[in-house]
Amino acid sequence: MTTILTASGSREFIFDLLQMTTSTKTFDVAVIGAGIVGAACAASLAREGLHVVIVESKNVASGATAAGMGHIVVMDDSDAQFALTQYSQTLWNELVPELPTLAEFENCGTIWVAADDEEMNEVRRKHDLYSSRGLNSEILDERSLRNAEPNLREGLAGGLLVRGDSVVYQLFATRYLIETAKQNGSVLRTGRRVLEITDDGVKLDNGERILSKLIVNAAGFAAADLSPGLVIAKRKGHLIITERYPNFVRHQLVELGYLRSAHGTSSESVAFNVQPRGTGQLLLGSSRQFGAETDEIDHNIVRRMTSRAFEFMAGLRSLSVTRVWTGFRPATPDNLPYIGKLPDSENVYVAAGHEGLGITTSIGTAELITDTILGRETAIPIDPYLPGRRTDTH
Amino acid sequence: MNKTSCEVLIVGGGAAGLSAAAAASKTARVLIADDNPNLGGQIWRAELGKTKSPQALELIKSIGSGKVQVMNNAQIFAASGTNCLLAETPEGRIELEYEKLIIATGARERFLPFPGWTLPGVFGAGGLQALVKGGLSVAGKRIVVSGTGPLLFAVADYLKNKGAIVAAIAEQATSFNIRRFGLHLLARPSKLAQAITIRSRLLNIPYLTGCWVTKAIGDEKLTAVTLVSGGRSWDVECDFLACGFHLVPNTELASILGCRIDNGYVAVDEFQRTSANGIYCAGEPTGMAGVESSLAEGKIAGLAATGQSETARSLFAERDRARGFGNALNDAFALRNELKTLAQPDTIVCRCEDVTYGRLSEFDNSREAKLQTRCGMGSCQGRVCGAANEFLFGWKPGTVRPPIFPVRMEEL
Repeated sequence: MTTILTASGSREFIFDLLQMTTSTKTFDVAVIGAGIVGAACAASLAREGLHVVIVESKNVASGATAAGMGHIVVMDDSDAQFALTQYSQTLWNELVPELPTLAEFENCGTIWVAADDEEMNEVRRKHDLYSSRGLNSEILDERSLRNAEPNLREGLAGGLLVRGDSVVYQLFATRYLIETAKQNGSVLRTGRRVLEITDDGVKLDNGERILSKLIVNAAGFAAADLSPGLVIAKRKGHLIITERYPNFVRHQLVELGYLRSAHGTSSESVAFNVQPRGTGQLLLGSSRQFGAETDEIDHNIVRRMTSRAFEFMAGLRSLSVTRVWTGFRPATPDNLPYIGKLPDSENVYVAAGHEGLGITTSIGTAELITDTILGRETAIPIDPYLPGRRTDTH
Repeated sequence: MNKTSCEVLIVGGGAAGLSAAAAASKTARVLIADDNPNLGGQIWRAELGKTKSPQALELIKSIGSGKVQVMNNAQIFAASGTNCLLAETPEGRIELEYEKLIIATGARERFLPFPGWTLPGVFGAGGLQALVKGGLSVAGKRIVVSGTGPLLFAVADYLKNKGAIVAAIAEQATSFNIRRFGLHLLARPSKLAQAITIRSRLLNIPYLTGCWVTKAIGDEKLTAVTLVSGGRSWDVECDFLACGFHLVPNTELASILGCRIDNGYVAVDEFQRTSANGIYCAGEPTGMAGVESSLAEGKIAGLAATGQSETARSLFAERDRARGFGNALNDAFALRNELKTLAQPDTIVCRCEDVTYGRLSEFDNSREAKLQTRCGMGSCQGRVCGAANEFLFGWKPGTVRPPIFPVRMEEL
């Protein structure tokens, strides 16, 4: 560890590196992937003075990061998920003063919408859990839900308002993180895919080698191809975006049934999930499909999504849609990301498999990785996310 | 859910689409889906949307007697599975099933960003003409027509007939190129006669070659434009500016159907077949070559799609001649590089998302620029800024995503 730290921080070193070819000098860390997770890792490591190179096969934030919603949300599917999302949300809030306005960070809160009394029980359970973990939330009855969101239909039982949740334009946030890393001396290489991780760095698809003492594999679902032993499946999703309708929706609205959709094991599911963007546009999700390998739009799924949404919010029917697209969430068997050192490896760390929570948990992931690399104690226990854990039982 | 099926589906009821329908309907059940209230496309649009061109009326009459079903006001917005398109109509969403598809989606105007181009009063030349045909009065208005190509004459002539004062026609091409192009007209007497007639009607209007607009001036709306020619620049007062910098092919439908696109145009073989099985393309999406070429291509596509290959082959020479004329026209009126330097850092390029030239200059490609600035993500879906970026930065347009046109969520 000491050698890494002493080798860092020198402007001349970076300058030399750019002057000569990248293959003649050794970086402290090579981050594979410039999605939001890789970008956050690079920014965090570079801030600590490490020499970082980020290797991206396409463009910054062009994979799962681009396809997703940009919801910063605390989720309670498991204790470990709660810990990581809550920790990450705290870090996002600390980052807000630095974020450029273009990142469109909006602390709009989430309302978990309960359709009936049974779901209201779930609202109360969630409320108690959040309270016990020091997280503020409010139970909304039928009337206060309607006041908060007048376009929701009448007759919904209520909901849980979590004020701490936010939305962010994740593409610009990712770019901001990359710029931060660059300001601290990091080098970004785009348009080259990493073929192989070696003991002394990475090998690119043009045969070039980049020497680096450590590797952070943040390549999303491609991470499993580079680091054997990881299990990451593609979980396809569809999203719909509308033209601008400011104030049509004020909070991120998610049906409580979403949890069943997001974490159930069925191969195909949809749920009502709508997000107000800073632009006034509405982003409508969501669908989850395993085993769908192509990015083409499945109109049956789209119809199921919109039908589900109309059950909650009929006014959506007449809004104008400008785009529908698909993306792939990198999903692990136990729905928790891989964060930390790869077992039986001296030099490889993994930060991948964040499923649908990559925007939220990117920042927390980066801190866990940095603390581990620097030999510091992590702010939350890292064990539940370690790549060596058993993922077959949950 | 509404559904209809046909043997040959033709998307677009302009010159190419009508010509294809006339040819195909001799032996097959044909459906034309057109997004306008009336057939005829942009070229044959007339007052109140009704076509008056004899050529168009004859085509419309010939399909009237055949097995052609026409669906007006039908906006194709997506493909669903194989051999099926989704259309939004006033009666709701409808599924159109086909055996063969002919794409005849035409073209739209190209807009070039320059300071002030987003001011009220600045129009596309074709757009302004369409508005006047729809009832906008230009009587007594001072109008500058700027851009390139024979369209400028046609538009100036039309506006003058409607009582407008055409203050100037600013043609960016050089007089040398235009004279050279004039030689091609000699080989086409009908076009030459047409050109002479229009030119003679416009004799008292300044026709400036090697001249283009560098700036639109005004606070709330347009009051004047700055023109430049031969290193000299001056202002001309006007109420409207009509800009015509060529057309951009509508290739979005072909693109989402997986047809190969080469250099911005749908790639077709001699029978107008695209790279996608059973899909043909005719007219502007395959190349800008004028109405004769569109008619010939439409006919060939209609014949080829219905197994009449030999008859189709007999039209190859006619089509190739028309294309040759189109190519000569494109060469003579090619956009000059100076037009790439008009936009200033604060000039808006993407109107939907208010993205400036300065911000776009930070990026290397359209995908990155789109993701980071939302350029092209607005309601025009990149139809305006995509072509501008291609011209300004040499960027290839990004992937086309459905819906091709904004559509009500319940129709999706």
